[in-house]
Amino acid sequence: MSLQNIPAREPVIQVTGLKKQYRLGQIGGGTLTADLQSWWARLRGKEDPNVKIGTDTRLFGTTFMALNGVDLTIYKGEAVGIIGRNGAGKSTLLKLLSRITAPTEGEIKIKGRIASMLEVGTGFNQEMTGRENIYMNGAILGMTKAEVDSKLQQIIEFSECGDFIDTPVKRYSSGMFVKLAFAVAAHLDSEIMVMDEVLAVGDMKFQQKCLGKMSDVANQDGRTVLYVSHNMSTIRQLCNRCIVLDAGRVIFEGDVEQAIAIYMDTTDVNVSHYDLRDCGRLTPNSGVRLHLDELTFVGKESSVFSADETLRIQLKWHVQEPFDGVNLKFNLHFRDSSPVGITHPIDLGPCVPGKEYSTILNFDPGVLAEGQYFFYVDIFEKTLSNSVCLDKPNKEFAFEITNPDLTIPEWSPGWGRIHFPPLVIESSEVL
Amino acid sequence: MQQPNESQWTTVVKPRTGWFDIDLQDLWRYRDLVVLFTKRNFAILYKQTILGPLWILLNPLITTILFNVIFGGIAGLPTEGAPSFLFIMAGNTVWTMFAACINNTANTFVANAGMFGKVYFPRLTIPLSQVLTAAINFVIQFVMFLCFWVFFYFNQAKYGAMSITPWLLYVPIVILQVMLLGLGVGIIVSSLTTKYRDLAIAVTFGVQLWMYATPVVYSATSLSNQPLLAAIVRINPMTAPVNVFRKALLGCGTVDIIGLWYSLAMTLVLLGVGVVLFSRIEKTFMDTV
Repeated sequence: MSLQNIPAREPVIQVTGLKKQYRLGQIGGGTLTADLQSWWARLRGKEDPNVKIGTDTRLFGTTFMALNGVDLTIYKGEAVGIIGRNGAGKSTLLKLLSRITAPTEGEIKIKGRIASMLEVGTGFNQEMTGRENIYMNGAILGMTKAEVDSKLQQIIEFSECGDFIDTPVKRYSSGMFVKLAFAVAAHLDSEIMVMDEVLAVGDMKFQQKCLGKMSDVANQDGRTVLYVSHNMSTIRQLCNRCIVLDAGRVIFEGDVEQAIAIYMDTTDVNVSHYDLRDCGRLTPNSGVRLHLDELTFVGKESSVFSADETLRIQLKWHVQEPFDGVNLKFNLHFRDSSPVGITHPIDLGPCVPGKEYSTILNFDPGVLAEGQYFFYVDIFEKTLSNSVCLDKPNKEFAFEITNPDLTIPEWSPGWGRIHFPPLVIESSEVL
Repeated sequence: MQQPNESQWTTVVKPRTGWFDIDLQDLWRYRDLVVLFTKRNFAILYKQTILGPLWILLNPLITTILFNVIFGGIAGLPTEGAPSFLFIMAGNTVWTMFAACINNTANTFVANAGMFGKVYFPRLTIPLSQVLTAAINFVIQFVMFLCFWVFFYFNQAKYGAMSITPWLLYVPIVILQVMLLGLGVGIIVSSLTTKYRDLAIAVTFGVQLWMYATPVVYSATSLSNQPLLAAIVRINPMTAPVNVFRKALLGCGTVDIIGLWYSLAMTLVLLGVGVVLFSRIEKTFMDTV
């Protein structure tokens, strides 16, 4: 990109050759002596005695590059979106930018203060009042007491919690809690704001208010916003530049619409079999009592289907404890991550530990318009009062629907995702 | 377009390399946070308790009475002429602060992993706030000690002789030293517990053992015919501070000048090691916790 005709833009973040390596499996040699041996050897520049000969991996576990050489420059006043599939390295990049953990290689240069909002309400204490928590949270995010003092009124007003500000936050509803937390973060004076999907909080009205506040921050105050999300519509609303990450690298940098198109193309429809044994889980504690091992699109090489075809999906799973019945549903999304719908839950029946189960499910995509979709599998247990998630693998099972009906040449995205059956003519007569 | 020169960047994040790169300026910027954490430590500690902050006084008082009954009464350990109760309370007041510094900083990383994983702020603010909390508790307990001191001072004939010595002027320095020593040991332990969790369990036990290696319930001079124990007490950097405290306020025992210098040197060494370890661990501990 030529910079000659662009008015001098001031870089505020410069990332060069950034790599982050994580160790898989067991961390550490396990014993203090082995660690001391390794450390002593490293210190003298000798070979680590605890490394397996012939490999360059550690004795326990292997390594995984969450970021594999990222170069980026972010300029002042930009609102930059970062998108990518789960596991593409977005969260790792944010963690490195907000100095939560150090990179393995490369460096990040930052001009100004960074406020990271990877979560709202960090450091909130249940026992302390709303007001006390504003000071606490503000200080954690890098504000001094004087700064919080000067903004206290604005924060309380924005949070819509004025009447309860001197009540301990443990008496707050979860909505109020989140509103207060966001209000603090939104009033930070930092030159750079790093945000991770925290906008998905509160009711619709508050979400819009948050988004409005965020674009104000970027547009009027000349501050810089880095925003990570799966929600393409907020990316469109907030960002003026976009970065697409895939497998730990930047694969695109530039125009938002182009970036979203590229992001959507990374959906892999050439896979018809998934091994979920080592796959991460979307909710904590899921995948423990019940574990989904495999998912296969039966009888397919790739997961491309015609709209009049039925998707046959085989699940292999096992349980750690007996269940009278477990429920399963698919959460269906369009490839840009916008939700399409869920399937009505079905009961998979009783199951006992020690056996492996294989279930073949039929899904009729009938009303889906042509395009690429993916779904999450959600297996849960229904109790009298609520439902508890048993397993929800962090995997997007992608498939593509093609249109066999040539009477409609190409589906326009503006039409939505559902291709309803034709209207039924009940009666028609000449009047 | 002009590239900004290196000095314009305010922060440079690099792989952990240096041995000593703790950013003191950064820490100073977050001083309000240290104060708030300290307030929070008090706020949450006594929530939903009946006696509330009274526990700050009750805790050392009960321990002192207990020690006094066991070591002063039953075992009859000599106290160099000073009232046994006050003798033990003096040792215990100093020790309580030191132990609190270690015990409360030892789990810094593990206990705050949730918060550390979401926001950057100088991690050292947490141990510092714990030390500050211990220091405030110390002041309160010291006032209680002074009340007892006044009582015993005017009843010397009944309970035993005592006097104030010029060492009193040195007491503030000794207290500061104990705080720094507690901080140093605490952050060493907290840095190691990110990898070796057993240390967190061992530390409570270790601190208790350490107390018995310090002249808290007995006097250092009473060990003259036990060379091994005397040697252990001599290499213990907590011995000199406790002795100074007693010498200053009760006028009993002796202060070994070499021991005092040694203790000061050990404090600086342990604090240095602690800061180095801590600053290395704080950058990547999120990957191991």
